Parts: sequence; structure tokens; C-alpha cells
Amino acid sequence: MASATISRRDFVKNATGLVIGFSLFGQQLRAAELGEQSGFNGSPLPTQLDSWLVIGSDGIITVFTSKVDLGTGVLTALSQVMAEELDVSFERIHMITGDTSQTIDQSQTSGSRTLHKAGPQLRQAAAAGKHELLKLAAVRLDVPAEKLAVDDGVVSVVDNPSTNISYWKLLGGKRFDVAITATGTAAEMKVAPEISPKNAKDYKIVGASIPRIDLPAKFTGEFTYSQDVRIPGMLHGRVVRPEHSLARLVSVDENSIKDIPGIVKIVKEEHFVGIVAATEWSAIRASQALKAAWSEPEAKLPASRDDLYSYLKETKPFKEQLVANRGDFDAALSRSSRVFEATYHWPFHMHGMIGPSCAVADVRDGKATVWAGSQGTHRTRKAVADLLRLPENNVRIIYAEGSGCYGRLCADDVAEDAALMSRAVNKPVRVQWMRHEEHAWEPKGSAQLMTARAGVDPRGNITAWDFMDRYFPYTAGPGIPLLASTQTGLKPNGPGFPGNGYEYGTTGSGDLYAFENQRINCPVIPWIQNAMSHLRTCNLRAPGAVGRTFASESFIDEVAFHAGVDPVQFRLRSPRNQQRTSEVLLAAAKQAGWVERPSPAPAQTNPDKCVGRGAAMSDRDGAIVAAVAEVEVEKSTGKVTVTRVTVAHDCGLIANPDGLKNQIEGNVVQGVSRSLLEEVQFDENGVTNMDWSSYKTIRFEDIPEIDIVLIDRPELGFLGAGEASIIPVPSAIANAVFDATGARVRDIPLTPERVLRALQKLESRT
Amino acid sequence: MSRISLTVNGKARTIDVDPSTPLLYVLRNEFRLNGPKFGCGMSQCGACTVLSEGRSIRSCSVPVSSMEKRSIITLEGLGNSAHPGFLQNAFVEEQAAQCGYCANGMIMTAQALLDRNANPSVAEIKQALNANLCRCGTHVRIVRAVKRAAMERNKTGRA
Repeated sequence: MASATISRRDFVKNATGLVIGFSLFGQQLRAAELGEQSGFNGSPLPTQLDSWLVIGSDGIITVFTSKVDLGTGVLTALSQVMAEELDVSFERIHMITGDTSQTIDQSQTSGSRTLHKAGPQLRQAAAAGKHELLKLAAVRLDVPAEKLAVDDGVVSVVDNPSTNISYWKLLGGKRFDVAITATGTAAEMKVAPEISPKNAKDYKIVGASIPRIDLPAKFTGEFTYSQDVRIPGMLHGRVVRPEHSLARLVSVDENSIKDIPGIVKIVKEEHFVGIVAATEWSAIRASQALKAAWSEPEAKLPASRDDLYSYLKETKPFKEQLVANRGDFDAALSRSSRVFEATYHWPFHMHGMIGPSCAVADVRDGKATVWAGSQGTHRTRKAVADLLRLPENNVRIIYAEGSGCYGRLCADDVAEDAALMSRAVNKPVRVQWMRHEEHAWEPKGSAQLMTARAGVDPRGNITAWDFMDRYFPYTAGPGIPLLASTQTGLKPNGPGFPGNGYEYGTTGSGDLYAFENQRINCPVIPWIQNAMSHLRTCNLRAPGAVGRTFASESFIDEVAFHAGVDPVQFRLRSPRNQQRTSEVLLAAAKQAGWVERPSPAPAQTNPDKCVGRGAAMSDRDGAIVAAVAEVEVEKSTGKVTVTRVTVAHDCGLIANPDGLKNQIEGNVVQGVSRSLLEEVQFDENGVTNMDWSSYKTIRFEDIPEIDIVLIDRPELGFLGAGEASIIPVPSAIANAVFDATGARVRDIPLTPERVLRALQKLESRT
Repeated sequence: MSRISLTVNGKARTIDVDPSTPLLYVLRNEFRLNGPKFGCGMSQCGACTVLSEGRSIRSCSVPVSSMEKRSIITLEGLGNSAHPGFLQNAFVEEQAAQCGYCANGMIMTAQALLDRNANPSVAEIKQALNANLCRCGTHVRIVRAVKRAAMERNKTGRA
């Protein structure tokens, strides 16, 4: 997919005579050229058009957004949105992202909401900008605005194209200095709603597979990740954390590192310990050699997987979430021809980003600047300000992309670590976590315990549905101190407390379907209060929905099996909340070559290598996905191999088809990995799998073939695609394993041992 | 501290350094080469991969003292965005990354593969890259990019 156009990099170089890479320092340089938006203490006003975009006299259009690229390519897509709405070529758009002093808080980058929520905000800012430019042009060219057309930023008179003027000449390097409407805050902010944007049917740039703006530099070492930020005079820091959850510092033996050269300072603040050194290697060596004594934990974690699920089952929830209570479930169940019940287990999962968290902080004279790969730099600003007891205006967080982010990682925690150590030595400090620290301390995706019950009529159709998901709240979140804050004595004070943390949704609980009698409850179970836990919990790609869908879409297949009905047909004949689901499911089935028949598969050509197929579907905020997984199960060992996954995907308007496919492929691969391999192991003191040999993720030899059908629905606008397609993958695989073998596995991951046990159980019954 | 001499991307370099320092930190912090990345420090993920005398090595786990008088090629040694190497170009053509943090290891490992096998099969590519981890799940594209790079290289006869 070569690009016929010149790259933006070349464009910027040609236009300005300067090489401005798509990098952190490129951003800064660009900002300096344009004049800082509002200085160190800035909080740009959403009601000023200039806060959203600036048109340079060189024809470069700089767009400001708090949304950041977490490695998904969303900045390319947002640039397409801006170029489209402004009627300029894609290469003119330059993005400044996630700098708290220069960008409006449009909320953190999460929940597949960047295109969904910030897309229209930025589009409207662009539409307002174009509206102003046409007004200016109408005066300058002395024709009504309706008689003007725009081509790559050049406004010309429709019948007389030689009469024209460019956007940049119109503004002459000045700012708009125009007020616009902006109401509400963050993701719900409405920007210039009175301006009509372009009709989606006229889109030419949105909808094109424009190559990612960031990738060329990422393949040559020229891209500046947060791990690559270096500023003059910078020292290196490493943290020394306890081996266990919930431990407190008792003592530090400073003599234990006296032979290591280049130590600048052992930073001790209450229970926080870090080392600052002249070189990175000295800091690492010292952090490993430093003898620190920690207290025995005040509370223990559940000691095993069984203890964990007992805890989830038996602990009183601090919040019920009865999100559906239609009809009368109990009465309907008692009238049912048959009743089914099953329990499903979902483990703690890691985000497992390849590059451990890293930040550079410069804290001097009561001001802090921090470069970090945070999902939400405004959120990080508050955390760092609270930690340092500084007013928020004295803290500036500048986004520098980290390694791939699939939810909340430790980019905020490491920002605090760096800030604390920088303040202690009055110099800039870079901190990167080590691998074992990332594995231990990253907030995990929560374990879930799910129970489904259904009553069916004589034809096998579900008339009563009851679904319960018992899960832990986010114990890393707003108002909950991060690690360094906790260690230095900050107490939780957010709206999640008292209570223990934040609930995060209920989708995937069978809510795809509109059964006559339906009860859905997702009780939130209080988790270990102290944030200093290896098993902190927070958002991990489609949080909660992947586990719930594993349970609910497995259960649908279980009921379909008893009805003797093909699983796709069974879904099609069940009442659903969205009509679009049929089209998506049928598209996946067709592409996969789905043959209509009930599961399990009637005969296997190779009795030891059984093959099967399974389907599942999901709806996340209107983004509908169906997946068909094909597997091979080695009966003698229980090993499952996913050979092919077909996905049909409807996320409304598609911004960039190839970028979307890249996201879907990643979702599928991560979904297969989480389904077959991944589980956080722990004992009562904390996590025990601290490296990649004990927390296994998928490798090249196990990657399935991936087949994708994109369904474009421009009339729906952007619905978000960062995480929708991981949701149905585990259930499709579990259904395929059942199809291949007749054995139902209700625990993730589908390890060979578990599959073998299910096969043996099946054999002992027959 | 020891004085170590080595050749990096064709340039002779000499530094005074703690000899136990892994090569990775020398490349990144002394020579400002950001291509190789810290991922695990245990040779498990491949993000730090560089080439030395035709072999791919995990620079996070090799003390710099063992590289005395050796020659090292990093990602930067394969090309830059104005003049990309054939693998770098193929990775752009195939859009073979999401976050791209693992890309250094993928490209360097693939370079070592193509240097010993000019026309690898898909199975051989997967096998060669099997010890390199990618968490974003761009494996399918990476395999395609390596295949494309091999074809382009064979067509043009470029190194």
C-alpha cells in the first residue's frame, strides 16, 4: 500500500526548510515557531477557535488535541478528519497532542472513544475554522461565501477559479481570534454545534487507507518514544519497590551500594525508595543491590485461584448493577421446559506492553515538567501535582508515546516516580521500570466470576435469561493515589471512595439480546483497599466485556446445543436489540464458509486432531462485531490451535480501512493469546509470573490466519474500533473447541490441561 | 571503568565505561542510538536486537566488554527515513506495526535471516521471529513485510 503522495515528513521539510520529524521534539519545535499557545501555565479555552487549530503562513495547519496516539494510528485518522473538513491535503495537518499546557482536555484516550467522541469535536472545530475562512475570503474576493469553493486550502470563486486566495494568505500568519461555542466538558464537550459539517457521502480523505504518519520514523530509530526522551543534564533513576504487595518500608542499608560508582542519591520519602545515578546501568545495579527491609503485608491476597473465586463468590458486593430487569425472570423460569445453568471463570490478565513504563521529569523551582506516555496527561497532571503538593498550574505533562497501550499501564506511576526523584536531586531524571516491575505492578485486568441461567420454551428458544458477573472495581483510578503517592502517604479521596473503586460497565452480559424475561446484574466486589498491590485492577481493552462475552456467548452455544440448532441460526432467531447484528453475523459466517448444522461436528477425519468452528458476537457502544474461530484440538494432549479467525466488523463510519484492519488483526491476535495462554499467577503475597517465560503470550508460530469483512456505515458516524473486535474472540474459540470435541471448557485460558480434563470428563460420562 | 573500542554502524568508537554495562545502554545512552529498545533485560522479547558479524544478538544481555573490537549494526545502520533499507521500506509498505516498539527487533532479526537465507518461506520467517514478542498483534503484517523485503531485495540485488 504505497503512498503516491509525498510523505508529510518531506512536506514539512520542504515547506519550512527544517526537518520536523513526527516526534516529541518536532512538536515542541513547531510549537515554539508558532509561539506557545498559552505558556507553561496554560489552559487553552475551548471557546477560542485558536485553541483547536492554527494556520501557519507556511500552509501547515497545526491541530491541538489532548487525545494521543497509543500506537493505534488514531492520529493519522484524526488528521484525516481535519484535512477532510478543512478541504486541505492530508500532508498539511500537524498534530500537537497531550500537552497539558497546549491542549484542551477532551478526556483521556481510552474506551475506543477517540474517533467516536473527539472525532466530532475536532471535526466541528475544523468546520468552524473553514466557516471563518470562507467569511474572510468572501470579503477579500468580494463574492458571497456560497460562491466559493476550496481546493487544498485555496479558496476560489466557483465560476472564476483564477480569482482565489489561500487560507494562509487570508490569515497572514495571524491567529483567528474568534470565539466559538463549546459547552460541556471532556468527552461530552459539544464544539460549534451550530456549524454544519460536510456530508459524509462527500468524504474523500476520510475513508482512504492513508499510510500511518508515525511509522516510517518508527522503523529507523528516528521516532522519539517516551523511552527515548533525553534532556540536558538528565540523570537516571530506578525505583526500589517491595517484593510483596501491601508492604511498608522498615529500613534501608545505604552501605549495601557503596561500591557502585556514580550514585547521586538514594531518595527516601516515607515508604518510597529510589536511586538516582549518573548512568542508567549504575541506577539498575544499585536498585538490584540495595538492601531494603519491608514489613510483612498487613493483609494477604487470596492464596490461589480457587481462593480467589471463593472470595469473589462469597464477598458482599459494595454495589449492585441491576442493569436489566425485564419481565419476571423467576416466574418465567418456573414455566420453562428446561433450565440451564453454567459458571464461567475469567482470570486476571496483564496488559503486558513490550516496553516497560518510562518518564522523564524535570522538577525545579516549584515547577514540574514531565514527559510520559500517559493515556490522559491531564489526569497525570493532577496526580503529579498532588504528589508534589504543587498547584496544577505549575505542572506540565507532555505526552511522549510509549510502547503499545491496551488500557491503563504504569505511565502515570512512572511519571510520579520520576517527579519525586527529580525533585530530590533538583535535576531532570529519567526513570524506566524493569520488566519484573512492570509485570508485578501494572494494574491488571480484573478476574471475573460469571453465572448464567436460562429457561427455554419447548422449541428450545430462550424465554428467561439471568446473568451475573461478580468483578473487582478499578482500584487504580481517579482519586486513588498511584504507587509513589501511596508510598508517600496520600489517601484515596476520589468519588470511588468510600466504596473501594470504580465500576466499569456491564456490556457483554447477554444484553445483545432482548429476551422476554431478562435479568442482568454485575455486582462489584470490594478488593484489597490499599493501592500498593500487585493485583491492582484497571481498564484492560474492552474491560469486563471480553470476560462477560466469553461467558454469555459460550452459554448461548450451550443452549443452542441442547436445542439441536445451528449456533448462528440460534442467534439469528433470538430477539436482539440491534438489527445490524444479523448482517454482521451473516457476513462473518459467509466469509468463513460456515456450514449450517448443530454443534458438535458429527465426524472427524483425524480422531486425534479434531477440527471445529465457533461463532460469537458483540456490541460495544454500537460497534458490532461477529467472529468465527476455527480450531484444531489435539485430543491426546488437549492442545488447542486456532487456525483461522474471520471477523465481520461494523463500527459505523470507517476513517481508514487499512488502519482499521490493523486494529482488528491486533485485537484477534491478543484475543487468541488471552484465550489460550494468559493468566496472572499469584500467591498470598503477590504476582509470581514476573517475566515472559512465566507469563506467556502468543508467538509467530501460533498466529492464525485472519480474514476480515469491513462493513462501512457512514450514516452512523464513528463508533470506535480500538477494542470492539477482541470481545467475541474467546467465546468463538471456546465454542469451536466444543464443536471439535463436544467438551465445554468454561475457564480461561483454555490450557491443554483444562481441555484434557474436560475431554476426560466427557469420556467418563459416555 | 574500562576503555572499550568497537565499531558501530561502520564508525570506530571508543568509550570509557563500566565493563559490565550491557551493550544496549552503551548504544542508547553513549551513542544516542534509539533503535534498540529495552524490553525485558533477559533476552526474552527481542526488542533490543542488534547485529554483530552477521548474527542477531540481544544487546540487553551482552556486556559491552565482550564486544571489544567487534562490529555492530543497529537499526540506524540499515537506513533512515530519507533512505530506508529494504526491510524498513517493506515494513512501511505493509504498515507492519502498531506501536512499533518491537519493530527494531523484528527488522534486525529479519535482516539476519535474509542475510543467511535470501528467499525464506513463511514457515522459516515465523520460525526465525518466534522468539521476538509483539504485543499489539501485528505478526501477520510483519511476516508479509519480511516476505516482501526478500522479494524486493532479490529483484534489485541490493544489500
